[in-house]
Amino acid sequence: MRYFLKRLGFMALTVFAACALTFFLMNVIPGGTAELILKHTFVGLEESATEEQLNQISSRYNLDDPLYLQFFRWVKAAIAGEGIGTSYVFRKPVLYLLALRLPATIQLAGASMAIAVLAGVSLGIYSALRENRISDHILRVATLFGVSMPCFWVALLLILVFSLKLKLVPVAGYGSLENLFLPAVALSLHSMAAVMRVTRTSMLETLGQEYIRFAKAKGLPLRKIISRHALKNAMLPVVTVIGFQMGNLLGGTIEIEKIFAWPGIGSLLVDSISARDLPVVQGCVLAIVSMFLFVNFLIDMLYTRLDPRIRYG
Amino acid sequence: MDNVFADRFRREDFLPQPGEYGGDFVKRVFQRKDMLFALAALVLFAGVALFAPLLSPYDPNAIDLKNKNLGPSEGHLLGTDYLGRDLLSRILIGARISLSIAFGVVLISLFVGIAAGCAAGYYGGLVDESVSRVIDIFLSFPGVIFALTIVGVLGSGVFNLMLALSIVQWARYARLMRGQVLTLKKQEFVLSAVTSGAGDFHIIRRHIVPNAIAPLLVLATIDLGHVILSIATLSFLGIGLPADIPEWGAMLSAGKEFMRTAPHQTIFPGLAITFVVVIFSILGDGIRDILDPHHEGGEMY
Repeated sequence: MRYFLKRLGFMALTVFAACALTFFLMNVIPGGTAELILKHTFVGLEESATEEQLNQISSRYNLDDPLYLQFFRWVKAAIAGEGIGTSYVFRKPVLYLLALRLPATIQLAGASMAIAVLAGVSLGIYSALRENRISDHILRVATLFGVSMPCFWVALLLILVFSLKLKLVPVAGYGSLENLFLPAVALSLHSMAAVMRVTRTSMLETLGQEYIRFAKAKGLPLRKIISRHALKNAMLPVVTVIGFQMGNLLGGTIEIEKIFAWPGIGSLLVDSISARDLPVVQGCVLAIVSMFLFVNFLIDMLYTRLDPRIRYG
Repeated sequence: MDNVFADRFRREDFLPQPGEYGGDFVKRVFQRKDMLFALAALVLFAGVALFAPLLSPYDPNAIDLKNKNLGPSEGHLLGTDYLGRDLLSRILIGARISLSIAFGVVLISLFVGIAAGCAAGYYGGLVDESVSRVIDIFLSFPGVIFALTIVGVLGSGVFNLMLALSIVQWARYARLMRGQVLTLKKQEFVLSAVTSGAGDFHIIRRHIVPNAIAPLLVLATIDLGHVILSIATLSFLGIGLPADIPEWGAMLSAGKEFMRTAPHQTIFPGLAITFVVVIFSILGDGIRDILDPHHEGGEMY
């Protein structure tokens, strides 16, 4: 229990630090924000803006206050549940924009993770069982390429083959299952390779243990040995890697969402960075970091379930 | 360099005579076919990057609108892009850009990481506590997103890109270094240096860093591949480097608009990225296997 409290405290600290870092980084170029707001509000009129108008905007958004005060106000509003700012471009609360985009990202990341874990674990077991045979070597070379190929390139190749040449699935879009297919596969490839690699190693190690030899000596069929004895013990490092991969996956969603015009948080982040829509950038970073921390927290919980020998605090 | 590896081997394998083991590392590298292959490819690649201006058949930025979007042919081995620029020349020059930025980022992070790790591990106490907390925070959120935000806000450019990626990368080196220092600090040769009155800086520089650096070099080798991937990713999103610099990610991004008619513009730059990252993965794995035979080479990170 104490461990969980500590863990939650650290999570809160990390979220806070990430927000603070982005906030101060975004404001390192001083004085630009008022012009920025003006530019987004009156398109085409930014040349004729007067000093007075700029001052008006500055005082309305409290832009003349020192940075730490602005940040303090932002944190206070966030904790009080009053929202985390208003977008300069969309003129909507950032929370509303995030809530609109969040389901798409969760859907994409969830589907990719499911593919990566299912395919990665089963291929890893297969590879371990055929150690040093040809199929094992082929799979190992494949993992090497899997972790080395940039996922945006994989996505483009998949579009090239499945959408443009074979015309099986649409190039981009959102909503149906066939839209989800290409982005999820492209995004999952990297994690799949990593999961498979760890599964293989961990499985090989487990299969060399004495209790497995004993189970074999007892005459248990291989299928049962794997599913009853080996798999559960081999899963621990795999779960760790899944936690690591979550960061990769969330990073990858940015490129993938951009390529497939997927309306998620990643594409919102990139668009907001290009438009210098600072409150939204801040909100996106907050959302992505929180998601990442939450998943890793869940994985920590899972540890104790998988291996009762591990006890926290 | 030999002594660093020799020390490591002596500890790992309990082999007595010191003198021979530097050669042993080289020998072991040459025994592994995959590493030999990767090394040869790396030398080739570095040569290409170094002599890119001499090797490239055309000026990588020469615009030739009459010959735009050409497929691979004899005049242009890998075809041309949407402005008629020779793709082969641009990929060759791109090798130089990716490699030099990646080396820069890894060197900066290595340096900062060693400094922070030494400070935390050697002095302990409050310094350790605060540096470790900072490291934990930096390691606990996804790096690409952070780098993306930094470059996006600061504006694109070689310096900003290197800065952003270094800010993201240094913490892993620092954590590794801290662990190394903690174990080394208790060894006799460090204690004897302390008792003979050597200064902190002298001990760190002469005794701790040389003995602690081997695993950091492994990490650096694997990281080179990762950094090259990150550079390509950021440029692909239009955030890393200015558009006129021939960078592989940016070339891919430009090429994807013409995927229907000229798919070679998407295929070749991606192949180049994959090729380089594969080389560094093989090298990193191999070095780790040799330095740390007990490690089964499973996890990637």
